[in-house]
Amino acid sequence: MLKIKNLTAGVDDKNILNNINLNINSGEFHVIMGTNGTGKSTLGNILAGKDNYNVHSGDIVYKDKSIINLSPDERAHEGIFMSFQYPVSIPGVNTMHFLRTAVNSIRKSKKQDEIEPGDFIKLFKEKLELIGLKSEFSKRSVNDGFSGGEKKRFEIIQMLLLNPDLIILDETDSGLDIDAIRIVSNGINAFRNKNKSFILITHYNRILNYLKPDFIHVMLNGTIVKSGGRELAVELEEKGYEWIK
Amino acid sequence: MNKSTKQQIEDITSSEYQYGFTTKIQEERIPNGLNEEIIKTISAIKNEPDWLLEWRLKAFQRWLKMSEPKWSNLKYPKIDFQDLCYYSAPKQKKKLNSLDEVDPELIKTYNKLGIPLNEQKMLSGVAVDAVFDSVSVATTFKETLKKAGVIFCSFSEAVQNHPDLIKKYLGTVVPISDNYYAALNSAVFSDGSFVYIPKGTKCPMELSTYFRINAANTGQFERTLIVADEGAYVSYLEGCTAPMRDENQLHAAVVELVTLDNAEIKYSTVQNWYPGDKDGKGGIYNFVTKRGLCKGYKSKISWTQIETGSSLTWKYPSCVLKGDNSIGEFYSVALSNNFQQADTGTKMIHIGNNTKSTIISKGISAGNGQQTYRGEVKVMKNAINARNRSECDSILIGSKSGAHTFPYLDIRNSSAKIEHEATTSKIGEEQLFYCNQRGIDTEDAIALIINGFCKSVFKKLPMEFAVEAQKLMEVSLEGSVG
Repeated sequence: MLKIKNLTAGVDDKNILNNINLNINSGEFHVIMGTNGTGKSTLGNILAGKDNYNVHSGDIVYKDKSIINLSPDERAHEGIFMSFQYPVSIPGVNTMHFLRTAVNSIRKSKKQDEIEPGDFIKLFKEKLELIGLKSEFSKRSVNDGFSGGEKKRFEIIQMLLLNPDLIILDETDSGLDIDAIRIVSNGINAFRNKNKSFILITHYNRILNYLKPDFIHVMLNGTIVKSGGRELAVELEEKGYEWIK
Repeated sequence: MNKSTKQQIEDITSSEYQYGFTTKIQEERIPNGLNEEIIKTISAIKNEPDWLLEWRLKAFQRWLKMSEPKWSNLKYPKIDFQDLCYYSAPKQKKKLNSLDEVDPELIKTYNKLGIPLNEQKMLSGVAVDAVFDSVSVATTFKETLKKAGVIFCSFSEAVQNHPDLIKKYLGTVVPISDNYYAALNSAVFSDGSFVYIPKGTKCPMELSTYFRINAANTGQFERTLIVADEGAYVSYLEGCTAPMRDENQLHAAVVELVTLDNAEIKYSTVQNWYPGDKDGKGGIYNFVTKRGLCKGYKSKISWTQIETGSSLTWKYPSCVLKGDNSIGEFYSVALSNNFQQADTGTKMIHIGNNTKSTIISKGISAGNGQQTYRGEVKVMKNAINARNRSECDSILIGSKSGAHTFPYLDIRNSSAKIEHEATTSKIGEEQLFYCNQRGIDTEDAIALIINGFCKSVFKKLPMEFAVEAQKLMEVSLEGSVG
């Protein structure tokens, strides 16, 4: 699914990520952990293709093609999705209208017809219920006046409706209470199958109890310094990052 | 690397004006220049009564003593008022009795603009008066309106057929000496629309006027007067377009609204005069005086404007809240792209007791566009319990555009409650990235974000025009974000 090869990258000319190598196969769930400011979110932005986030050397190969020259919307069309750490608000733009525009943009890129508005409303309400949001949510503006928890839940609803193949979850658990972590995790788990791959960026072990990832990577100063299985996260929680250094 | 968002924005926000064609039609025009003889000629062509000619000449004398206002935030070369033509009309031999007799070239023009004058094909329930250069060429649905007792006709016709009403109301809201452009308009106005809604009548359909400047080197000076008698209601919409020309053209209109007890006028404008090309060449200079007088108890006037055209806009639709419990509203979306400049806003003058006003202004600047909001809220000494709420938001697209806000408050009665909120924001790269990441390309994303920003104003437009306004915003923004 995704091969990150000797990737050195950062914002403008500045290097933040140094020589990263990572292979993610279809159906795998990877977690990236690390202290604040080590470049975890930069990796997310590089994969999603944000402006000013530049690849200085190395390559990112997704579904057997290099994607470093693709714009963010082209990457989204190819099935890359990022759940934002801080989703931005877009006042006056209705949640349902926004998502229908997004779904239709992706369908259009695949030369598919637009989704029937009636079908979409039904689907949208279904996902709202799954993630524990009231149907009045469909009348609000995108992330406008949302609580921290509502924002994260709305990100997951978007993931479910856009149906991507590679999902980057940037601190999806931060700002969520215990119940919300469980509901959001259930939503993610229901979406998992052998064709979907995940990268979760997080500081905490708690959400991992629900998500049961396959691999844990520890990032320090822009480099992956240690990789392992589920047990690595438990060990980290006990010993702290000093242990790795 | 991928094409930067900034570059994409620049590409998106520079598209062509789609109404820029000219109509080849014979014109009847008078020589350029402005003097008493010219004014007498215009008045004679229109077969006006003496009192109106005197009124025009008085306005002209006042205008000669006035000087062009310099307080706005607009920059433009000096206008030579002697080098303009003050009357141009499509040549027609006889008086028209029905729409079938309108020159087919004109009908074609309006069809191109999406304004079919043919009654059968019309949007149901919208009566249209079309003003081409200086004169009104056709008014549709005359019969239906007549049955309801509504008068909707060109200003010239009203002068002939309803002189009492014209004499009673003309200049009562915008006096001839009000300002430089209003005085000029009073001296040389050539046509416009007149509406009278009788007592207790709800106008059975939306009324609409389309203004079109076609002839070169011609100023358009139309005059609109709308009177809603006691308990009457009318919703009125005006739309404007002009051909693309390299030289600037002058438009100086006056609109007067009067509402008596319990009457309401809802006045909506979609202004799309030619804005000039992407280098700022050509375009309409739009100097307009619009004012409504809430004369009666509990009367209401509401202005909604979508301003996307003109190279210069100088316009402050205002409400004089004279009747007790009267209500004034101003909802505005103004967009300046490329080298457009807009200095627009409103005045709310509270005179009666328990009067209420609401101002919502949305300014969008893209390219090198400059946008100024100028608003005044005035509460007179004897106006008890006046209320005002103002909300002025500006959004900037790209790094070369500008937004300026000048709110003036003049409160002379301590019982007044005034709230003012203002924000300026840049169209966020974060917002664009968020949309892009969901698969929405930058062009669609800008349209989405701007439409969201303007939503509270679009909601105030009549349904079919809200859709039109939304599309217009999208077209006007194409290639505009720099």
